[in-house]
Amino acid sequence: MTSLVPLIVALPLLGAAIALMLGQRRRLQVMVSLASLAAATVMSAVLLVLVDRFGPAVVHVGGWDAPWGIVLVVDRLSAIMLLISALMLLGVLVFAVGQGIVDGDTEAPVSIFHPTYLVLAAGLFNAFVAGDLFSMYVGFEMLLSASYVLLTLGGTGARIRVGITYIVVSLVSSLLFLSAIALIYGATGTVTLALIAERMPDLPADIQLILGLLLLIAFGVKAAVFPMSFWLPDSYPTAPAPVTAVFAGLLTKVGVYAILRTQTLFFPDNQFSMPLMIVAALTLLVGILGALAQADIKRLLSFTLVSHIGYMLFGIAIGTPLAMAATIFYVVHHITVQTTLFLAAGLIDRVGGTTSLSRLGGLLKSSPLVAILFLLAALNLGGIPPFSGFLGKIALFRAGTIVGDPIIYVLIAVGALTSLLTLYALARSWNMAFWRPRKQVKDYTSSMSVSLVEDPHDEGIVLKKTISPLMIGATMSMLVLTLGLTVFAGPIFDLTTRAAANIRTPSTYIDAVFPNGTGFIADSNVGTNFEGGAQ
Amino acid sequence: MSASLTLVVLMAVMYAAGVYVMLERSLTRVLIGFLLVGNATNLLIFIMSGRPGSSPIVTGASVQDMVDPIPQVLMLTAIVINFGITALLLALIYRSWWLAQLGDEGDTLTDEHAAESAAEATATFRSSSDDDDAIAVSLDELERGDGATSDEDTDTRKTDAAGRAGASARDAEDQP
Repeated sequence: MTSLVPLIVALPLLGAAIALMLGQRRRLQVMVSLASLAAATVMSAVLLVLVDRFGPAVVHVGGWDAPWGIVLVVDRLSAIMLLISALMLLGVLVFAVGQGIVDGDTEAPVSIFHPTYLVLAAGLFNAFVAGDLFSMYVGFEMLLSASYVLLTLGGTGARIRVGITYIVVSLVSSLLFLSAIALIYGATGTVTLALIAERMPDLPADIQLILGLLLLIAFGVKAAVFPMSFWLPDSYPTAPAPVTAVFAGLLTKVGVYAILRTQTLFFPDNQFSMPLMIVAALTLLVGILGALAQADIKRLLSFTLVSHIGYMLFGIAIGTPLAMAATIFYVVHHITVQTTLFLAAGLIDRVGGTTSLSRLGGLLKSSPLVAILFLLAALNLGGIPPFSGFLGKIALFRAGTIVGDPIIYVLIAVGALTSLLTLYALARSWNMAFWRPRKQVKDYTSSMSVSLVEDPHDEGIVLKKTISPLMIGATMSMLVLTLGLTVFAGPIFDLTTRAAANIRTPSTYIDAVFPNGTGFIADSNVGTNFEGGAQ
Repeated sequence: MSASLTLVVLMAVMYAAGVYVMLERSLTRVLIGFLLVGNATNLLIFIMSGRPGSSPIVTGASVQDMVDPIPQVLMLTAIVINFGITALLLALIYRSWWLAQLGDEGDTLTDEHAAESAAEATATFRSSSDDDDAIAVSLDELERGDGATSDEDTDTRKTDAAGRAGASARDAEDQP
């Protein structure tokens, strides 16, 4: 079972190498990348079942024991994240292949797309299985470097412009993360998560505060948390539709995963509850208010993406096992539904020639299937019962009312308001793009559209693209997955509850990495750097 | 904590200078800022390795005299990552300079794919307001089931744009 853990990172990397060599033979290249992602999906499913039954899988890479060597750990949380991201990556790859076939591969240089996409997958998986902070950093860098290439694919002016902003912002956050690692190493003498978790509580409170905040800021930029979220709505919509879908679904969630992991392991007393609550409320509100003003569907979706990160932060801030379970459930729900919505927006772009609401109309008649796909996913994101979005939010609010602080009630109110506004924004876009007759588009006056802000890179209507059955199929299977999350919400919530129980008791994680206890580690380095520090 | 004061001062100066330069408008300065901050971070990792000592290789020196090897490993990895990203950034900066030289038409030009990106060229060359009307008309025709004319329409537009893109590619070659 443990051999699967390194394999899930190594296989996409190997696939990337082979795909790069097969640059000229496109059909073969597509086969290779589909096969390696399908294999990764199967492996992560097997891992989830095994980990759920037998406890965390731990691999000491190269046979070096934990605090000295690199350790890979898959517990229930990691396994859930692995499976859901593998499924998303596979689905979006099918969509991208479908799009490539229709476009005759002129839109994106495929010889670069497939290897880069696989490196992105490997980086994601690496970040999820990393058992020490530094390999988590390496995983982040892998997926970010791949994302830099994917975002600037084709090298057009608009993409280079936003790409450079995105890269500089990501670099700053990576350097903050690296500085945090350096300081944590100075304070605790290790980068292994499990050992840091054991030594962190012994540090002076002020040093814990600095380290915790530095980590929060570094991950907050990646997760697009409110004051650090300005870069996201500008950069994501410019990329090709499949790339945007993957970025929206997965990249911000890596940041959320890292916050979840480090907060629960290093700071089990939940010291950062209050700042997280405030930031969560601001993220929810500012994000959704931004979404209301957007005329472009992709930009609108990017703003809702920022906004809904607030729900996950809210769950982390409450910190009870139920809240953690709800957060993990919400992360899974949000990954699938946001990816589906961006793929549906990609389909709208093709059938309507634009994603600007002020130009779209009459799509219900011309493409009813896309209309249904978008509507169901939108209702799900907006939190209409009985969809999984509703269940996730209810679970979060329920966890909040059990704790029952005044500020939690404020947050629940903000969360409910955000949910309603999300529904309003998405229902309006569905109304205008699908429901409104084509003939009304030209002289349309409505209170719904007066305050809409156009996308600065809007290109007008470009009618040249067709849809392949593969693209519809990929989007539809994503939608079926989100509906599956609704139908099987019970068993899935049981699973996330078990995962939450794991991460809420860090000792299970520490014991898995150090089955013989940590007493055998000579702590010569600890306490030498900070006087009065650990031990 | 036993760290060299010189290194700490150097690190602080590099962080400060790096952040300052990063806030400039010019992309090359941003790159220089990134390099400075990146190396300052490497220095920070180095400082965190504690007191200096002999190299961490088994040569007969006692373990107490050896320097902590892990920060050096972390630094090496960070340097390699920074190196790769610097290369990518340089490529992007060159590309954006190239686009700036060409002005608006630069968007549609890639070095050898000028003809291939004809589809993109249509998007850029057309001023949206004029053409939206024309497209709305052809859409209405399409809805009435009259697909043939609009197909022809797009085809002519494509070739037209390809021709223009090719022409501007030749123009670009003329300029040094």
